[in-house]
Amino acid sequence: MTAASATLRPTDTVGQELWDAVRNVPDPEVPVLTIEDLGILRGVELVDGKAVVTITPTYSGCPAMETISRDVIQALAGAGYQDSAVNLVLTPAWTTDWMSDDGKRKLEEYGIAPPSGKAAVNGPIMIQMAVKCPQCHSLNTREVTRFGSTACKALYTCNDCLEPFDYFKVH
Amino acid sequence: MSFASSDSATRQSAGDAITPEDIIAAGGKAPEDVATYALYLGDDALMLAQRLGYWISRAPEMEEDVALANIAQDQLGHARFLLSYAGSAWGKTEDDLAYFRDANDFRSCRLVEQENGDFGQTIARQLIFATYQYELFSRLVESQDETIAAVAAKALKEVMYHLDHAAQWTLRLGDGTEESHRRMQEGLYYMWPYVEELFADDDLLRDLAERGIAVLPSTLRESFDQRIQPIIEQATLELPNVTGAYGGDRLGRFSEHRSHILGEMQVLARQFPGATW
Repeated sequence: MTAASATLRPTDTVGQELWDAVRNVPDPEVPVLTIEDLGILRGVELVDGKAVVTITPTYSGCPAMETISRDVIQALAGAGYQDSAVNLVLTPAWTTDWMSDDGKRKLEEYGIAPPSGKAAVNGPIMIQMAVKCPQCHSLNTREVTRFGSTACKALYTCNDCLEPFDYFKVH
Repeated sequence: MSFASSDSATRQSAGDAITPEDIIAAGGKAPEDVATYALYLGDDALMLAQRLGYWISRAPEMEEDVALANIAQDQLGHARFLLSYAGSAWGKTEDDLAYFRDANDFRSCRLVEQENGDFGQTIARQLIFATYQYELFSRLVESQDETIAAVAAKALKEVMYHLDHAAQWTLRLGDGTEESHRRMQEGLYYMWPYVEELFADDDLLRDLAERGIAVLPSTLRESFDQRIQPIIEQATLELPNVTGAYGGDRLGRFSEHRSHILGEMQVLARQFPGATW
């Protein structure tokens, strides 16, 4: 578990039980990643017996949020919380910096290059670090298109092994 | 105004419609003037999303199908947040506002409603609008209205991609072949008369800007010019020297294209109220 999610995981027993009930809900588009890995699980709390889970979208139009919300509700029901709600927050805006190291490793094993480097904070220039091919680990890769199969990914190709691959963009 | 009040077909969460924490903190209801401002911003995003969606399966290369669809999806995401927030003032859902308002109730600018034309014309619109949105959202992140500020912060990161995409294509087309240069230049000439309107102030904007909620559009013009001019020059293109198109404001005088866009966008929801898919 990363520092980021460790600080978000509640310290009280009830909170931890809730967190653990939903942390493994997968991202429907990148099923190797959980919502905890992605850093979109932002908080859990019990309000008057109602389980409230807070998540944040990766991109504004991300269609996976609806599926994730339903899956969270279902996971809560499975853990015995019939009365529950999913809260969607926009601030602070999600960044790939919140992705856990475990998540990055799982991404690479799955064949998607994890985000390379940190998101710039109000930087004047977007610096693109080299992207490592998840197949042969070469750094000799090139961007085919910045917009990939989903909003969060770009399409790359490896100049050495010639395999195309998805890259999870620094955001 | 005639709004239907069927349930939203595209709810953001399994529970209620979108509920940013700040909407809850504010009692879940936008003040009416802020709601109208949210319509200004949200309707721009919605119209542009609808226009860009046309390119899916029609772009010059498959990567562009995906890129323009991605950009459209981002804009649609912004529109959903903003229309949901606006709707809270009048007890309306995002779908009520998108599908059951008539043309004269929308508050979009004319630029986003202009025809796609060829790829050069679409890129010209993208370049202008992304530059404008980048400057606007860079300032709106400090809005006194927490929901507007939150949407701007989220959108800004996405608009940076849109701007980069448009700038790269402008360079490639402008400094490309004789034909690509000609088309890109014509695209800029077609779109430029609608630039002025983006920076026009009105009473609502002046009032909201004074209270730190909105950004006064006229104050964005200088940074817009400074950002877009070098791109156009580097692309060996000419900055169009044209006067603004006559008429047009966000309060009712709108482009002749709007009704056609709505005809396409609203037909299903109106013919089959409550339909989900």
